[in-house]
Amino acid sequence: MSTTNWNLEPSLESTAVVQLKDQYELFINGQWQAPKAKKYFATINPSDESHLSNIAWATEADVDLAVKSARNAYENVWSKLSGAERGKYLFRIARLMQEKARELAVLETLDGGKPIKESRDIDIPLACNHFFYYAGWADKLQEAFAGQQIESLGVAGQITPWNFPLLMLAWKIAPALACGNTVVLKPAETTALTALKFAEICQEAGLPAGVVNIITGYGDTGAALVVHPDVNKIAFTGSTAVGKQIQKACIGTDKKLTLELGGKSANIILEDAAVDQAVEGVINAIFYNQGHVCCAGSRLYVQESIAAQVIEKLKFRLQSIYVGNPLDKNTDIGAINSKKQLETIEKYISLGREEGAEIYQPTCQLPSKGYYCLPTLFTDVAQSARIAQEEIFGPVLAIQTFRTIDEVLQKANNSPYGLAAGVWTDKGARIFGLSSQLRAGVVWANTYNKFDPASPFGGYKESGFGREGGVHGLSAYLKITN
Amino acid sequence: MEILKTYKLYIGGQFTRTESGRSYQIQSASGQAIANACLGSKKDIRNAVQAARKAQASWAAKSAFNRSQIIYRIAEMLETRKGQFIEELVLLGHSNATAVAEVQSSIDRCIYYAGWADKYQALSSSVNPVSSPHFNFSVPEPMGVIGVVACQETALIGLISQILPLIVGGNCVVVIANTTKALCAISFAEVLATSDVPGGVVNILTGEVAEMLPTLAGHMDVNALSLAKIKDHLSRNAQEAAIDNLKRCQLYSLDYFDSKNQGLHFITDFQEIKTTWHPIEQIAGGAAGY
Repeated sequence: MSTTNWNLEPSLESTAVVQLKDQYELFINGQWQAPKAKKYFATINPSDESHLSNIAWATEADVDLAVKSARNAYENVWSKLSGAERGKYLFRIARLMQEKARELAVLETLDGGKPIKESRDIDIPLACNHFFYYAGWADKLQEAFAGQQIESLGVAGQITPWNFPLLMLAWKIAPALACGNTVVLKPAETTALTALKFAEICQEAGLPAGVVNIITGYGDTGAALVVHPDVNKIAFTGSTAVGKQIQKACIGTDKKLTLELGGKSANIILEDAAVDQAVEGVINAIFYNQGHVCCAGSRLYVQESIAAQVIEKLKFRLQSIYVGNPLDKNTDIGAINSKKQLETIEKYISLGREEGAEIYQPTCQLPSKGYYCLPTLFTDVAQSARIAQEEIFGPVLAIQTFRTIDEVLQKANNSPYGLAAGVWTDKGARIFGLSSQLRAGVVWANTYNKFDPASPFGGYKESGFGREGGVHGLSAYLKITN
Repeated sequence: MEILKTYKLYIGGQFTRTESGRSYQIQSASGQAIANACLGSKKDIRNAVQAARKAQASWAAKSAFNRSQIIYRIAEMLETRKGQFIEELVLLGHSNATAVAEVQSSIDRCIYYAGWADKYQALSSSVNPVSSPHFNFSVPEPMGVIGVVACQETALIGLISQILPLIVGGNCVVVIANTTKALCAISFAEVLATSDVPGGVVNILTGEVAEMLPTLAGHMDVNALSLAKIKDHLSRNAQEAAIDNLKRCQLYSLDYFDSKNQGLHFITDFQEIKTTWHPIEQIAGGAAGY
C-alpha cells in the first residue's frame, strides 16, 4: 500500500536572503585573490541542476601562497596573541554566524541539496555553537592538559567533505584556531559556497589576515595541500580510500594527522526495545541527510522475535517520507549531492538485487529534474553481502535479523569500519554491556544521530583516528612536549 | 663447566624456540660471544599476534586495580632479579654505575606506570554537557593488539618505557626486542613469567627487525604500532604496510633516561575514545527542592 503522492502545499523558504556572486576567488591572506592559472569550475544546485556560480580552482602555486600566508600569520600574529584574545575572535565569528544564520542555511541547502529543515535547525546552529564552544577553550588549554607541556602545531591543512559543509568547516577551524594554529582549508568541490561565505565573515570579524585561508578546487588542490612541506598538521574528513592515500603521503614527514572516514554503522534493536521509538530512530539513522552521513546506521540488526513487526512498521513509515525540493519545509529527504553520488547509490541498489536481497521502496513521484533517490530497504541480506559491508552513502538500509546477543555483537563488530553503533533496549545493564563491547567510537543508546560541540566524535578501525568535539578534540591541534 | 643459557622467545606465556630453528649470537662489548638468541621469523610473529589477541579481551576485562597490582609485581620481580640485569648490562658494555642506574630507573618506571593503571581513566574521561536531554560520556578503551619495535639503543629502560604504558592501558603487545642487546629483553620475559602477567599480554621476540617488522606492520589483526628509532627505510615500509587497516602509528625517538619521558600521554597514545549517548527522561511533575 503506497500512498506517497502527497498533495502538500509547498512551503518554500525564500532565497532572497542569499546574495550569490557570479564568480568566487580564493580567500588568501585576508583578501580575495584570483587563482594563478585563472581556472574556474561551475557549482550547481543538485535539486534542479541549475547553475549557481563559478568557483576558483586553486593549483599548487595558490596552495603555496595560502600556506605562506598562514605561516606568516602564525609566526608574526596568531602565536603572539594570548589565548583570551584568540577566544575573542572566535566568539565574534560565532556571533556573526548566528546573525547570518538564515542566509547560511539557505545557501547550504542550495549548494548541497539537504532539506532546509536540517540546514536551518541542525547544521547552522551546530556550526555556530562549535565556534562558541571552542572560543571558550582558547585560554584554558593548560588546564585541559594539567602537568603537561603543550604547544600549538603551526599551520593546519584541512580538507572538508560535501555532506555537512559548514558544520565540518566549524569542526576543523574552531579547535585549530583555539589551540593557536592557523589554517588553510579546502572545502569539497560541490559545496564550497558556505565556506566562501565564512571567509567573508572572517573579514567582517577583523580576523588577522592569513589566520584562515580558504582555497577551493578539486582533489588535486587537496593533494597539493597534503604534500606541502610547510604544513604541520593535516585534518581530513572524507572517504576511507582517500584517507589511506593521505596517511601514506604523511609518512616520513613530521605532520600530525587526524582522519574522519567512512562507516557502516550497526543499529541494533533488541526484543525488549521500545519498538515505535526504535523504528523512528532507524528512520532517522539512515535517511537523515539523504543517508549522506559517515555514521549513518546503514545496517539494521533486529532480534528475530520482533523482526516481522519492526519491518512492517518501517515499510509503513517509509510511505510518509516526503522526497522533494530541499527548499520546501515539508521535505524529509532532499536531493542527492551530485550525479556521481546518485550513480554510486543506484549501482548499490542494483547490486543488492543481484545479491539476492529483497528490496522495498515506496512508490512516489520524484522531481523530474535534479538528483533524487527513494528511501530503500533491503531485507534477507547476508552478512557477507557487499551491501552489508560497503559504505553506500545514500538512503539505503540493509536489514538482518539475529537470535542472541553474542551473535549480534559478533556481526556488528564484523566490519573494517568502527564509527558508530545504535542500541535499542529497555534494559540498562544491557545498554552498558553492549555499548562497552561494540567497537565503535560513538554509541547511541535509545537514540541516534545526535551531535554536540561538547561531544567527542570519531572512529575506531578504518573509520579513522582522532576525535572532533569536546575536550578530546583539543589533542589533534596541540603537541605534548614533556 | 658453566652451563650456558638458551635464550628463547616469549610467546603466549611460554618460552618457545623460533619455529625457524635459527639462532644468532649476542656479543659482549668486546666482541665475545655471550649467548645464542633465537632468530625470530614471520611465523613466530603471526603466532605472537594470535597469542596477543587471545589474551587481550580478558586482560582488558580485569579490573584496573587488578592490573595495577600485577604491574607492581613486575617491579617486585625486577627488584629481586636486579643483580642479573646489572650483570647482563655490564656484559653488554655498560659501566657498573650506569647499569645500576638503568636497572633502578626501570624499576621506578614500573612502579610509576603501575600507579597509573586505575587513574588514567579519570583524567581522560569526561561527562560531556550536551545541549539536548541526553547523558553523554566519553571513556578511553585500549586499542587492542599493539606491535612494538623496542628501543634499539638501550637494553632495558627503553623496552620497559614502551611496553608498560600500553599494557597498563589494557592492550597486549608483540615486541621485537633490541637485536644486539637482546639479553635483557629475554630476562625481562622471565620476570613477566614469574609476575602475574597472563600469558599473551606481552610477547617478546628476538631477531632482525628487518625480517620481522614487515609481517607485524602488515598484520591485519594488529591495531597499532609503537616504533622506536630504526633505519628510515624500515620505518617507512612499516608505516606504509600499516595503512591497509589504518593502524595508528606512533614514532618515538626518546632518551628514556630522562624522567620527563614517562607520562599520561604515553598511555593515551594507545587508547581509543568512545562516546556514548542516552536520553534522559523529562519528568514533568518534579520540582527541585532543597
